[in-house]
Amino acid sequence: MAVPLAFMGLFYFFPLGKLVGLSFSQSSSAINKPINWQIITGASGFTFFQAGLSTFLTVLLGLPAAYLFGRFNFPGKNALRIASTLPFILPTVVVAAGFNALIGPKGWLNLVLMGILRSPIPVINIQNTLAAILLAHVFYNTSIVIRIVGSALAQLDHKLEDAAQTLGASPWKTFIKVTLPLIMPSILSSILLVFLFNFTSFGVILMMGGPHFTTLEVEIYIQTMQYLNLPLAGILSLIQLGFTMFVTFLVMRKGDRGLGVPVMPRLKQEGLRTPDKVWEKAFTFIMVFLLLFLLTSPILSLVVRSFSVTAPAINGGTGERIQFSLNYYRELFINRQLSLFYVPPIKAVWNSLKFAGLSAFISLVLGMMLAYGLKSGKHLRSITLLMMLPLGTSAVTLGLGFFTAFSSMSGSQRWVGLLIPLVHALISLPFVLRVVQPALLSIPDNLKFAAQSLGAKPLELWRFIELPIIWRALMTAAVYAFTISLGEFGATSFLSRPDMPTMPIAIFRYLNLPGSSNYGQAMAMAVIILFVCIISMAFLDRLQFNPNSGTQ
Amino acid sequence: MKIRWMVLVMVLGLFLTACSSEPATLNVMVHDSFVISTDVVAEFENINKVKVNFILSGDAGSMLNKAILTKDAPISDILYGVDNTFLSRALSESIFEAYDSPLLKQIPDQFELDPGHQALPVDFGDVCINYDKSYFTDKGLTAPAFLEDLTNPEYKGLLVVENPATSSPGLAFLLATIAEYGPDGYLTYWQKLKDNGLVIVNDWNTAYYTNFSGSSGKGLQPMVVSYSGSPAAEVFFSDPKVDEAPTASLVGKNMCFRQIEFVGILKGSKNRALAEKFVDYMLSKRFQEDIPLNMFVFPANESAILPVEFTEFVQVSEQPAVLSADKISVNREQWMEAWRALMLN
Repeated sequence: MAVPLAFMGLFYFFPLGKLVGLSFSQSSSAINKPINWQIITGASGFTFFQAGLSTFLTVLLGLPAAYLFGRFNFPGKNALRIASTLPFILPTVVVAAGFNALIGPKGWLNLVLMGILRSPIPVINIQNTLAAILLAHVFYNTSIVIRIVGSALAQLDHKLEDAAQTLGASPWKTFIKVTLPLIMPSILSSILLVFLFNFTSFGVILMMGGPHFTTLEVEIYIQTMQYLNLPLAGILSLIQLGFTMFVTFLVMRKGDRGLGVPVMPRLKQEGLRTPDKVWEKAFTFIMVFLLLFLLTSPILSLVVRSFSVTAPAINGGTGERIQFSLNYYRELFINRQLSLFYVPPIKAVWNSLKFAGLSAFISLVLGMMLAYGLKSGKHLRSITLLMMLPLGTSAVTLGLGFFTAFSSMSGSQRWVGLLIPLVHALISLPFVLRVVQPALLSIPDNLKFAAQSLGAKPLELWRFIELPIIWRALMTAAVYAFTISLGEFGATSFLSRPDMPTMPIAIFRYLNLPGSSNYGQAMAMAVIILFVCIISMAFLDRLQFNPNSGTQ
Repeated sequence: MKIRWMVLVMVLGLFLTACSSEPATLNVMVHDSFVISTDVVAEFENINKVKVNFILSGDAGSMLNKAILTKDAPISDILYGVDNTFLSRALSESIFEAYDSPLLKQIPDQFELDPGHQALPVDFGDVCINYDKSYFTDKGLTAPAFLEDLTNPEYKGLLVVENPATSSPGLAFLLATIAEYGPDGYLTYWQKLKDNGLVIVNDWNTAYYTNFSGSSGKGLQPMVVSYSGSPAAEVFFSDPKVDEAPTASLVGKNMCFRQIEFVGILKGSKNRALAEKFVDYMLSKRFQEDIPLNMFVFPANESAILPVEFTEFVQVSEQPAVLSADKISVNREQWMEAWRALMLN
């Protein structure tokens, strides 16, 4: 208990305190400026509106998808699970490019639709609209619902539902009265996490929503980095934090009530079956199609884009030809200009993996300590609330806080390599806690008593009883801690050094200059991230679902 | 089961490799558009037996703010990349120590905006509107010659600009319009642009790669606020190779805003002598000639020879927009707020 709290103190409250101190000692004239309340209310209102609507849409797609993953086996299931998590690691710059290649004015889908409808102008035009923000948020966050609710469904005790049906309940009634209450805590957890991600969303609002939409997070960035108006940025941050705590508190109150009886978790996937009824087949087909279309097609268009080179038409004709080419990948490995900041892709991949591995390790260890510390129920609510804070803190604030607190430390250069995983762990910790805690609480006491009375020592008890039960939740948490770190850009950009770039930072550097080669190389780099991510997730999923890896 | 412990050991191994030690260094804070050749830096390092450590610190504005926030315990010896739109803030926060470098005499007086020699000019570049040459030829359009032309109906919906609050070229273009129309007239002009279907996005990346039809993103607008060096970069970084720039800049009167970038020694530097040497090196011919093809801006030192890509594809504005650094510093926020109130509501 003491360790995670000390961690929060040192790496959350200390940097933020330092930043607050600095903002008051600022000689800047900003101090005396009247506070622009219009900015505050406008940004708060829109932040809530877009986060609420985005979360609603995400859950609308996510819950049926979770049901699909939690109940049915179908060909390509594991691949689809991984594919649906991929958006999570992609930097917004790249996602924007992916959507542009698909539904931009000259995107493939638009070209097809223009052909079908014989329209001279693009049919879909969502740049700088609310629709773009919503679409991107659904794209990014649906997998959270799929993973959390899906795995809760998969490990429900099937016997409870069978019993209800034997007693004459219809399948629908069984679902509403038995299944739903049992998975309610995980549904609420996922809603909360999705909401908070949308609430503090930055890149999507900035790049896809355009300048007409400002959220608290964007406004904090503008006030901090452009106007150096730290007092106003501070007020905005406090409001954002306040809302985060409030929403977390509401969800937790609901969640505590929902969690009734501890249920014996199922270890083998006995609740899973192949769809055989007509509606089951139709449902599976429709959901798989929807997920492929919404979550995978922008990524596929990116991949295609990275392999295609636009060549001018032959014989002086008009129009352009698109050719398959590996050029952009080849170029990635060549330092043409002998530039000091050239990043060999292998190095960026290695850095990213190193930071992600470390961050996942730190947040898992701390998350477990917390989950165990909180089992006694003392201060459960207040400490859980406290741990959600980093999720509600803007990346700009967090990055700047880390920067002011630790960059002036002597020998700080040496520690930079550790600061990045630490800040990532801070962001992942709430996630880990939300996922591990319900699993730990679901272990029935009589299991432990039984083991103890058979002579199991505490370590054996943990190793052979508890660990196997929470293993799946732990691995879900690990997948997210890992991917959060791989994709994190905001806070990293405050801390990274030129000789230690992560993959998102490397992509950003390519897109800093004009030129088709830079654009292509950025796409190729993104595809490399995707590839690395697929491999790491396949590995983690294997650990999670392999029945031999400790769950027996 | 074994696999679980393997993961643990691997992660622990990573933990250890993340920390390693380094030799004595000279720290240089730079913005994230800074690029230079490895051998140019290595030469300085070898002669002076020092490791130069560049600290990438976000865009120019973010970097300056970071330096201001840490001025009591500076994290760097040198800061490069503060431009004329931010110069006054840097000087009034007194983050620099004065240094009268002997190389300043090779740099034209027009770039020396700080007579106190706290900030020394290194390079300059123009923020200009780039246009898609083939779009204009295909449609038989002539390129606009003046800012006023952009309000004509034939250019309706053809221009994308960046939000000045989130983008430095966006701010530069706003300043160009203020230089042309004055603080009282620029909003009227922007209203006309708005009525003529102006597209506004938040950042240069989106404007250039998503909206601009002349880039790889193949967007809808054939005109974008970018840099005069961008056409040269389009040639230099083309794949497949092209030998003619697909884009060009509009360089009419007051259509471009000249950004001059400065370097300074940060107050509290413990390596003053070395820092002076590095500033001299940055202003010397060797370093200056390496700037154009890395950052696509012009060297400030007159004796530096330009690469052929620059003489061929980069147009130089004869009458760039001029606003004094003091005027910008005093009014920047007010101008931006008024712009925001008009354009984004």
